Amino acid sequence: MGSWKQGRRPITIAILAMGGEGGGVLSTWIADTAERSGYVAQATQVAGVAQRTGTTVYYVELYPQDADDAVVEGRVRNEPVLSMFPIPGQCDIVVASELMEAGRAVQRGFVTPDRTTFICSTNRVYSIDEKSAVGDGRVDSEQLLASVRVAARRFVGADFMQMAVAERSVISSALFGALAGSAALPFERSIFEESIQAAGKGVKKSLAAFARGFDMAADAVRAEQAPARERVMLTLTRREPSPEDLREVELTRQASDDPCSLIGPKLQTQGRRIAQGFPAASRLMLVRGCLRTALYQDEKYATRYLDRIERLLAVESDPDGAALLTTEAARYTALLMTYQDTIHVALQKIRAARLADIRVESRAKNDQLVDVYEYLHPDVSEVTDTMPAAVGKALRANKLFAAAVKGARGGGIVINTTSVVGFTTLTTLANLRPMRPTTLRFKRVQKEVDAWLALVTEMARSDYALGVEVTKAAHVIKGYGETFEHGMESFEKLLAAARRMKGRQDASERLAELRRVALSDEGGESLELALTTVTGPGVDGASVPSAP
Amino acid sequence: MAERSFAAEVKHLRLGEGEVFRGEGILAVTKALLQSGVAYVGGYQGAPISHMMDVLGDAREILDEFDVYFENSASEATAAAMLAASVHYPLRGAVAFKSTVGTNVASDALANLASGGVLGGALVILGEDYGEGSSIMQERSHAFAMKSQMWLLDPRGNLSAIVKAVEAGFELSEVSNTPVMLQLRLRSNHMSGSFVAKDNVRPPMTVKDAVEHPTRDVSRVVLPPASFMHEKEKIEQRWPAAVEYITSHGLNEFLAEGTSDVGIIVQGGLYNTLNRSLELLGVSDAFGNSQVPLYVMNVAYPVIDSEVLRFCSDKRAVLLVEEGQPDYIEQNINTILRRGGDDVALHGKDLLPIAGEYTPMAVTRGVNAFLRKHLPDMQLDEPSLLKDADDPDSPFAARVPSEVVQPRPPGLCTGCPERPIFAALKLAEKETGEHHVSADIGCHLFAINAPFHLGATTMGYGLGAAGGAALNNPEAERPSIAFMGDGGFWHNGLTSGVGNAVFNKNNQVLVVVDNDYAAATGGQDLLSSRAELPHRSTQHPIERAVRGIGVKWARTVSHTYDVAKMRDVLIEALTSKDRGPKVVVAQSECQLNRQRRVKPEQAKLAAEGKRVVRQRYGVDADTCTGDHACIRISGCPSLTIKDNPDPMRTDPVATVIDTCVGCGVCGANAHAASLCPSFYRVDVITNPSIVDKAKLGTRNRIIARLSDAVEARASKYEMV
Repeated sequence: MGSWKQGRRPITIAILAMGGEGGGVLSTWIADTAERSGYVAQATQVAGVAQRTGTTVYYVELYPQDADDAVVEGRVRNEPVLSMFPIPGQCDIVVASELMEAGRAVQRGFVTPDRTTFICSTNRVYSIDEKSAVGDGRVDSEQLLASVRVAARRFVGADFMQMAVAERSVISSALFGALAGSAALPFERSIFEESIQAAGKGVKKSLAAFARGFDMAADAVRAEQAPARERVMLTLTRREPSPEDLREVELTRQASDDPCSLIGPKLQTQGRRIAQGFPAASRLMLVRGCLRTALYQDEKYATRYLDRIERLLAVESDPDGAALLTTEAARYTALLMTYQDTIHVALQKIRAARLADIRVESRAKNDQLVDVYEYLHPDVSEVTDTMPAAVGKALRANKLFAAAVKGARGGGIVINTTSVVGFTTLTTLANLRPMRPTTLRFKRVQKEVDAWLALVTEMARSDYALGVEVTKAAHVIKGYGETFEHGMESFEKLLAAARRMKGRQDASERLAELRRVALSDEGGESLELALTTVTGPGVDGASVPSAP
Repeated sequence: MAERSFAAEVKHLRLGEGEVFRGEGILAVTKALLQSGVAYVGGYQGAPISHMMDVLGDAREILDEFDVYFENSASEATAAAMLAASVHYPLRGAVAFKSTVGTNVASDALANLASGGVLGGALVILGEDYGEGSSIMQERSHAFAMKSQMWLLDPRGNLSAIVKAVEAGFELSEVSNTPVMLQLRLRSNHMSGSFVAKDNVRPPMTVKDAVEHPTRDVSRVVLPPASFMHEKEKIEQRWPAAVEYITSHGLNEFLAEGTSDVGIIVQGGLYNTLNRSLELLGVSDAFGNSQVPLYVMNVAYPVIDSEVLRFCSDKRAVLLVEEGQPDYIEQNINTILRRGGDDVALHGKDLLPIAGEYTPMAVTRGVNAFLRKHLPDMQLDEPSLLKDADDPDSPFAARVPSEVVQPRPPGLCTGCPERPIFAALKLAEKETGEHHVSADIGCHLFAINAPFHLGATTMGYGLGAAGGAALNNPEAERPSIAFMGDGGFWHNGLTSGVGNAVFNKNNQVLVVVDNDYAAATGGQDLLSSRAELPHRSTQHPIERAVRGIGVKWARTVSHTYDVAKMRDVLIEALTSKDRGPKVVVAQSECQLNRQRRVKPEQAKLAAEGKRVVRQRYGVDADTCTGDHACIRISGCPSLTIKDNPDPMRTDPVATVIDTCVGCGVCGANAHAASLCPSFYRVDVITNPSIVDKAKLGTRNRIIARLSDAVEARASKYEMV
């Protein structure tokens, strides 16, 4: 058996980070700490453009000086020969600055269950593919976390980014603290801290973030060493429920027992109606829908909303269970009825809670002033949409008017909401609300919603799952301007496809697939392609689809 | 101003005899140059050796003390040609650049230099950009050593060894009148470590001495008949002199001689990896005590026939660990063995990968195969990386599903001034249709990836315009587009691209990205930088240069963040009926460098009680419908997504995180692309003025009244 296997080997540390996260600083701190503790340290990194926001790996090896004096005589080298590469299966410590990078560390073989202490920040920095999807393109973080958790010998995971941000420091400081706290290296806490002090930059903040990381890791290690019963939480593969999750559970219960308690005085009638006439599982969504539509227009509009959903109850075949059809219809009907027009956007911009949140988000201190500028650019249709139907219709076709709108807004409008003029303008716009029912768009939307719900009813009568999918097809309507119009086109295509596929056994699955394609496709080409392949012949509407 | 300052580290360059120098590879090399009495230094930045140019820049004071001349060369060709100073004068000179791309550019000068030979030691330090993290085509510098007959040193990854190689390199260069290349592998450049220093040495002859006492020797000029003599000289005199020096000074190492009748030959730069592989297999230890004889070629070229024959004479089988392809050394050793009549079995790329980086994984597998074949009785350990991936003990056993880990390529930084240029081009193409886009080297090359998907080829630094030269037809209804950075522009693009297009009346639209620095390589200054520098002449506008060379249609957009303006200028260029190249100079400062410059200034002003405005952008989660159209024309790291706070909606909404620098692209994009009304800008005013405060008073009163009415209505519906 060679010296390596007998343990005469360096401590090996790989750090996976993204450019700009301080991975280089972290590796230098580690090397300094080791050198001051009598170790030979070698840190390497891959320099270059990879460090511009991309993934990089830093690597450190630490060898105890003169650990085996006995063989100094006749040695080939006086200094240990150290590797410049992390080696699959041989990393004692792996630090990952983000959850997907943690997954990468495991995939590259650096993290192994026999050896590795894995210090992992569980925050997500979304990849460009995840961010740019039209809908939700995020990978399953729970799955990622569950798999990396069990890949290491010891897992020290927490949102170290959050800790760093809380101290206005960089994630490397919190990770360095966690490394110290994990006791994976044989050095005292004070020696780690000396490295930060010696570096001399942002020392106070770095030490504060270090302390948070240290405490978290030390607690995790203590918990791991505690008796089995207390360890249960550590071996859970899912994230612990967040306060938001718990709140949602509580709200669901409350909505099902007493919906009236969740809404204001002017909606109590609607609340009672929800409690008496709708499936328990759908009540929270309905409460939210009522609130949304009432705030958007008035309580009459909320009643109209409930009328619409009520008509679906005839085809709800699962009222005592999940009541999926009712719940999803409650969701999308409310969303469609509260389409984003200029009046509503103006209201959203002037809400007190929003302006308070912005102060927090921008970290404004009490003695600092905050100005908020909106970037608005209503196009012709958005202007005509907020006019009485007859006027809007006429102007929409008028080229002169279009040119005037374009000219007036120039490259778009910037409004200072926090100024008297800006706030007044937006308030005036928001106050146009009573006029809304007379507008072109309002009338059009009511018709569209009724037509769509009629189709939902028709489909659900013979195929409940297909009815649910037709409801969910409304998911593809989003955005403003061109994006919105494209969404409407996709929506129409999905509804047409549903009509054609009615009667087919796999109709609901296929419609769900089409919806996913529509959400992945900005230009509409892949939806077209999918329509031809998924719905089969008859896509052009010329021939009738064959039943299976 | 470079991205990283070495002001603190360069102090170590003053360490004297016997003191321990701690630092990274590039600093060790710089120290070794000073210890060797170097008289002049030049070079061109490029990863992994960019920072060496920054170290030299920051070490100006020390260089001046020792009368060492230092230049930031205009290109690698300039740097290599600079070594001409060592042809007639006994001056030691060194230049540094990235290889192989820099060596490609330098090869004309290097070939001329190597033909006539040198009197003073000439050292070419190559930052070898090969393997993981590399940004260039994967080729070997070895070919340049062979074709021009320059010696190639490839020291093992250890600072003492690297320092020794620099010192020996100069001597070897002088005794053999041959330029020497020192290969610093990708991971060695920033490898930390220590070595025992020596005193710095003042060059025996300085550049000033040489200039004041000009001399020439016509036999050193590359022109017939001398050029024919040079070839003979290379073989008859310089080669044997080099072999003599290399063997007598023991530059290559024979280790663990006599331990076995099979052995391994390894390039110096791979020695650490080989020893680790032997450790994993249980036949060496951390101090290099191998149980298998090793021949370590710290000189990768020339291959020393006598040493190879000596090493192989008592062996049945030998494994050559040689990275990259073609297998020049393997071919060379085969010739040596054949001529020498040695029938040892030579293994190399039959057991090791033919192409690609020699990682510990690749080497361990190859060495394991070799030892099991020729020493079947040897007790070998079996590290887990040798196991098949479907073995649960393999480090590659599937533990994380492949689909949840996505690639994360490098991209433009937060606030990068190049982002709005590409967003503008995307918007322009919505009106003009798509174009062929010839890309260049630099950060702007990131546009080839998501979200922009712009750029078809990249033919080399500064060659963006040249790369589009053939795609020019006066009858075509649209021109092709070329991109070039300011770095590439001054490197050669002005002549190879712009001059070429003028002369050939090419209708190409060329966008020159002018961000004040050679940004991709770490923010080095160049001719058009706007900074005023004590030692360099800057502020030479690019538009003036292109007009000077004959361009008639040129526009400078001095604020790229104005997406609509940028788009309009691009449309104007793309639809212009004028003949000849249309040049758009897109000008805004590299944000990384800007932040480094501006942050301390702002902090200082704020501390002095002056009015300071900090800007950032935000997205209203209420109005955002989660379609992410904004992200698809931006890709900014600070513009990302988060859970939708609206429980009725499921898709994540866009959000701007705290790293936002308020560059303005979000707002400009929202307007230019008519996105959504969700974007807002926040101005946080520190130390508000009296006017600010007066305004605030009025505002608060009026806004509060309006706001109360809005909230009163809402409270009839909402539970508080």
